[in-house]
Amino acid sequence: MSDVLAITEHRRGELRDVSFELVTAGADLVGDTGGDLHLAVIGGDTDGFAEELSLDGVDTIHTVTEGDEFNHDVYVQAVTELYEELDPTYVLIGNTVNGLDYAPAVAEGLDLPLVTDAVGLQNDGTLEVTREMYASKVESTIEVNADRAVVTIRPGEWDATEAAGEPAVEVFDFTLDESRVRSRVTGFEEVGSGDVDISEADVLVSVGRGIEEEENIELVQDLADALDATLSSSRPIVDNGWLPKDRQVGQSGKVVTPKVYLAVGISGAVQHVAGMKGAENIIAINTDPDAPIFDIADYGIVGDLFDVVPELIEQFE
Amino acid sequence: MKVLVTVKEVAEVEEDFQLDGLRVAEQYLDYDLNEWDEYAVEAAVQIAEENDDVEVVSATIGPERSEETIRMALAKGVDRAIRVWDDALEDVDLLDVGAKTRLLSAVVEEEEPDLVLTGVQANDDSFGATGVSLASAIDFEWAAVVNDLDLDIDGAVANVRRELEGGVEELTEVDLPAVLTIQTGINEPRYASLRGIRQAQSKEIKPMALSDLGLDGAALESDLVLTDMYEPETESEATYFEGGAGEQAAELATVLREKGVGAQ
Ligand SMILES: Cc1cc2nc3c(=O)[nH]c(=O)nc-3n(C[C@H](O)[C@H](O)[C@H](O)COP(=O)(O)OP(=O)(O)OC[C@H]3O[C@@H](n4cnc5c(N)ncnc54)[C@H](O)[C@@H]3O)c2cc1C
Repeated sequence: MSDVLAITEHRRGELRDVSFELVTAGADLVGDTGGDLHLAVIGGDTDGFAEELSLDGVDTIHTVTEGDEFNHDVYVQAVTELYEELDPTYVLIGNTVNGLDYAPAVAEGLDLPLVTDAVGLQNDGTLEVTREMYASKVESTIEVNADRAVVTIRPGEWDATEAAGEPAVEVFDFTLDESRVRSRVTGFEEVGSGDVDISEADVLVSVGRGIEEEENIELVQDLADALDATLSSSRPIVDNGWLPKDRQVGQSGKVVTPKVYLAVGISGAVQHVAGMKGAENIIAINTDPDAPIFDIADYGIVGDLFDVVPELIEQFE
Repeated sequence: MKVLVTVKEVAEVEEDFQLDGLRVAEQYLDYDLNEWDEYAVEAAVQIAEENDDVEVVSATIGPERSEETIRMALAKGVDRAIRVWDDALEDVDLLDVGAKTRLLSAVVEEEEPDLVLTGVQANDDSFGATGVSLASAIDFEWAAVVNDLDLDIDGAVANVRRELEGGVEELTEVDLPAVLTIQTGINEPRYASLRGIRQAQSKEIKPMALSDLGLDGAALESDLVLTDMYEPETESEATYFEGGAGEQAAELATVLREKGVGAQ
């Protein structure tokens, strides 16, 4: 028997999708090994969240009424106390920005092995975690040779559990050690939006690091103009200051769902794909036939963008 | 004030490669300074430029080869470097977060920095966890995925922005001493000047073995075992356009027009 404790995530009054994916991953794990699936909801509207999380496969939901928003110092203490009380075999956390802001501290404090960014979990007596390495070019399996572990799961890899269930809901009381709360969240800010809203565009020409130099951006701008499309980009282009932040597609940029998404010199890193996988037609131009972008593309050109893009512009002039 | 910045030399896999057991065969690997650490180095050097009496020390876990990468950091303004390596590390397939934390904690104990900067993640194994794990081990406060930093040294507070998903940023005050994991885009990493490159040659890279850090092989022990490594099955269902660039472009143009793209 091995119990699983999954820590849900919410922000600004809403549960994040990964919370429902954690339920699926957690239910799969206890399905393999027998045991109970515990969820924890820490902070915010815990009662409302508990109601939403009353899902199939969940045995108990523990609510911790401490603060409105995520604070890692509170999360570390709450999860550590819950772990000590419930004695679960595995602690599951989302591999999100906030997940990575406390899961490593929980694991270190409890002296548990930590495996992050799992894309697959299997347990035939021993936990085996599938992960990606080298920018998704290689996959690896890690065996956890310990009775217990903390694992973070990649958002979007497990389906969300939607079917209702009837878990017990219990308030978990613990005394927060205020002296160990040494950070304070003071607010949120939206990344400013300029004159163009890429999330509204029907056709996006998106440029990545394959473009090499700032002055070459003009070439893809010309293509966008010829196709009557909007120009967007992957993150390095914005990091370099070649395009404004509101053109960035991805996990930390914008989520876009155009009819056509033309990825030019973009590898298709997981954080980029998170923002564009919902596009109706994905087309990729890349010199590397094994670039992960081709895994989600509908049409592909293996080729040099500096050869293909001028030809394509010509086709539309 | 002393700033410790972690600098990892990461391996990048070439387009075509082969696996050799639980590793990528050496000839298909290119080594470079981890992208995220480059921004961490720049952040550290900027702190030194903006404040008096700041020393920037880099820490690397890596073999002798990585000195080339470390010199890049030194050329950009890092004052001196520490390189942790040991024969015992040669045979480790997977240096997990716990082991890295133990090694870097020992470096922190030696150096007693006031601030530690790391990259958000390393581009090769992508654990994304070492900075926060280290903070917990050395009892520093921390913040992960920082894309803006305003240091109030007298008030012993770092005012940071954390980049959350979906274009939302969180504003947080973090008490010092702290570990901050640095996100790309926080600054514009400089190129090393010729003078910097020359100066880097005479800066110290101090090699430290486990015993120099008061550790032994136990520090490398891990409950995680790498059992398999493979190229993922290609899931591509894409229709590929063949031929020269002109032909490829013509076929793509036909498809685009069918989808109603562009002037008719
Ligand atoms: C917390 C976090 C959040 C992130 N958020 C985002 C995000 O919102 N959006 C985002 O995009 N990234 C994000 N990233 C970064 C992400 O991990 C990748 O680093 C980034 O997406 C890579 O961008 P790229 O594909 O343009 O560059 P690379 O990965 O460098 O790929 C360049 C591609 O161009 C190809 N190429 C090179 N030359 C040519 C040529 N001449 N013709 C054709 N092809 C060529 C190469 O084969 C390669 O595939 C985030 C990372 C982290 C850690």
